[in-house]
Amino acid sequence: MKLWKSLFIGCSLVAMSAGLAFADNGDTLKDVQAKGYIQVGVNGDLFGFGKADQKGVWKGLDVDTARAVAVAVFGDYKDRLRYTPLTAKTRFTALQSKEIDVLTRNCTQTLGRDTSLGLDFVQVNYYDGQGFMVPKALGVESAKELGGATVCVLPGTTTEQNAADFFRSNNMEWKTVTIENTAELSQAFWAGRCDVLTSDASQLAGLRASAPKPEDYMILPDIISKEPLAPAVRHGDNQWKDIVNYSVLAMINAEEMGITSANVDEMLKSTDPKIQRFLGVSPGNGAALGLDEKFAYNIIKQVGNYGEVFERNVGVNTPLGIERGLNALWTDGGLMYSPPFK
Amino acid sequence: MAETTQIEEIKPPITDVGVIGWLRQHLFNGLFSSIATLLILGFLVRVIPQFIQWAFIDSVWFTSGQECHQAEGACWSVITQNIRFTIFGYFPYEHQWRPLVAMIILVGMLIYSREWDRWNKRLGYVWIFALFVMGLLMKGGLFGLVPVESTKWSGLPLTLLLSFFGILASYPLGVMLALGRQSQMPIIKSLCVVYIEMIRGVPLITMLFMSSVMFPLFLPEGVTIDKVLRAQAAIILFTAAYIAEVVRGGLQAMDRGQYEAAESLGLNYFQMMRMIILPQALKIVIPPTVGILISAFKDTSLVVIIALYDILNTTKSVLSEPEWTGFSTEAYIFIAMIFYVCCFSMSQYSRRIEKQLEYKHTPNQES
Repeated sequence: MKLWKSLFIGCSLVAMSAGLAFADNGDTLKDVQAKGYIQVGVNGDLFGFGKADQKGVWKGLDVDTARAVAVAVFGDYKDRLRYTPLTAKTRFTALQSKEIDVLTRNCTQTLGRDTSLGLDFVQVNYYDGQGFMVPKALGVESAKELGGATVCVLPGTTTEQNAADFFRSNNMEWKTVTIENTAELSQAFWAGRCDVLTSDASQLAGLRASAPKPEDYMILPDIISKEPLAPAVRHGDNQWKDIVNYSVLAMINAEEMGITSANVDEMLKSTDPKIQRFLGVSPGNGAALGLDEKFAYNIIKQVGNYGEVFERNVGVNTPLGIERGLNALWTDGGLMYSPPFK
Repeated sequence: MAETTQIEEIKPPITDVGVIGWLRQHLFNGLFSSIATLLILGFLVRVIPQFIQWAFIDSVWFTSGQECHQAEGACWSVITQNIRFTIFGYFPYEHQWRPLVAMIILVGMLIYSREWDRWNKRLGYVWIFALFVMGLLMKGGLFGLVPVESTKWSGLPLTLLLSFFGILASYPLGVMLALGRQSQMPIIKSLCVVYIEMIRGVPLITMLFMSSVMFPLFLPEGVTIDKVLRAQAAIILFTAAYIAEVVRGGLQAMDRGQYEAAESLGLNYFQMMRMIILPQALKIVIPPTVGILISAFKDTSLVVIIALYDILNTTKSVLSEPEWTGFSTEAYIFIAMIFYVCCFSMSQYSRRIEKQLEYKHTPNQES
């Protein structure tokens, strides 16, 4: 047994050092242009973020983010993306081993991942956080009133740990019901096996929509953890990182400037120098990134601005029905903020 | 002279013949049996009407997810509305006839091959041709078929592919390992022992992880090996080790006299194995071998863990859509039925071959 253990640890160490050694030598853009497509790692099972529909067409906020990158590089995204669905366990290795070029799979940016895993996170494309859902009949208005509650939670996740931290730091008693799989977890909750269900806020909204009677349940306003979900690239390829980063930022910047996929053609005629620079009417930005001058125009035209992408995939008119909240523009009280494009 | 009188034939008591007799003998034969019968009967009476009510009477078949929430019974719509994604996964929608045809060819070939006397050279060529056609249908690229990357292979075709080739390739490998383990040559013997024991010492999940997560890190820059192929290799290597041990059991069960007789006929090692030992040994171990192959078939669903979308994973993907969350029972019953049909056919198939081999000692190269 001991032998196996040490062998295993040895292998892991080799793999980890290999992971570090795989920091990029800085020609992802050239590779991608040579092969003519971008390999992108996505979730595969998360509705609204990364999931194929019944016809196998990929949809979601993360998928649209990847599309923006493809448009920036190639001018269009059709047949320019190859999707690899990844699990939580395989996602980072896939990036390290160059199986994928960019990872847009609702990954929480943390210091540990940013440093030790040999990858870099770019602009956050969704600010998530952990929340609670309760039946309205429970008569609870805030998470602070949940003392003594039975909580449904997925085992072994940061969710469970966050909930434990929250209850302990507020000196509240709690009991957990842990169930392996989200679908079964929600079933147990609808059946009344627990008083509270805790998960990422974005998931709670979707789960609530799938309830037998959604109007009987409410999501508490308290958010107990920070989950900034950001695309990631390999560490060391700064040009590629810039491209992915500014592809996301272009969508945010467009929303700030009021440019949408519908009015972007008109905006080309705008006399505002900021808009002219942004859309590539007056050149500079594209060349600086090593891309076409029209890259931002193409992204907005084909994928849309951040608001459009958000509303299309997870917004109030989708089954998830998520409010903008933290993901609103900074001018509307959210956190989405783009540096100037100049 | 003794008088002979016809003694009237006594009929058996009414409780020993007919329906009552059968019932008494099979269901109420003693106290324990009676109690067991009553308990099971009571259980069935409680469960079956409820199940029928749920599965057939109150169920809905072709509705949307919203209407399903209103229905009292089972929501089979989760299967009917998503059948194409469940079965074919990410395979391009308009080309999904291709994996369908490939699967039909595979099943057809398997059914045709179930008669032992049809196994000859010609069938071998037909199989090679059929495999080529199946590969062409899946992969495309020739004769105007649009190429489809293997990353898009998913659903039932992927399950069948992984298990069929897993079984096909691991069997001869396993036989070779078993022979190697019995070998007199110390290096070959120890290599085989180490291999078998090492593989049997780790779970399949570990092998799959190694193949999908660690292995790519060791490859030189720019070299990538197809993900499906890596998983396939892991399954083959894993199953082969188990087959090897079963076959070793068969080899050891052979009478010493068989070896000696073969040697006294002047056969060399390979002739002896091919013509005398293996045909008998492999026949003995058909039942445990099939057990391993069936479990290998079921184990293919572990590829979920490395994000390959076999039929179990496509089902999970469907269930993650808000519209269909909560109908997991129905979806998993459907998947269970598919797995049951496959596994049951495998065991029937092997039993058939076993029976045919019983009285006919056909000289065969490889059984």
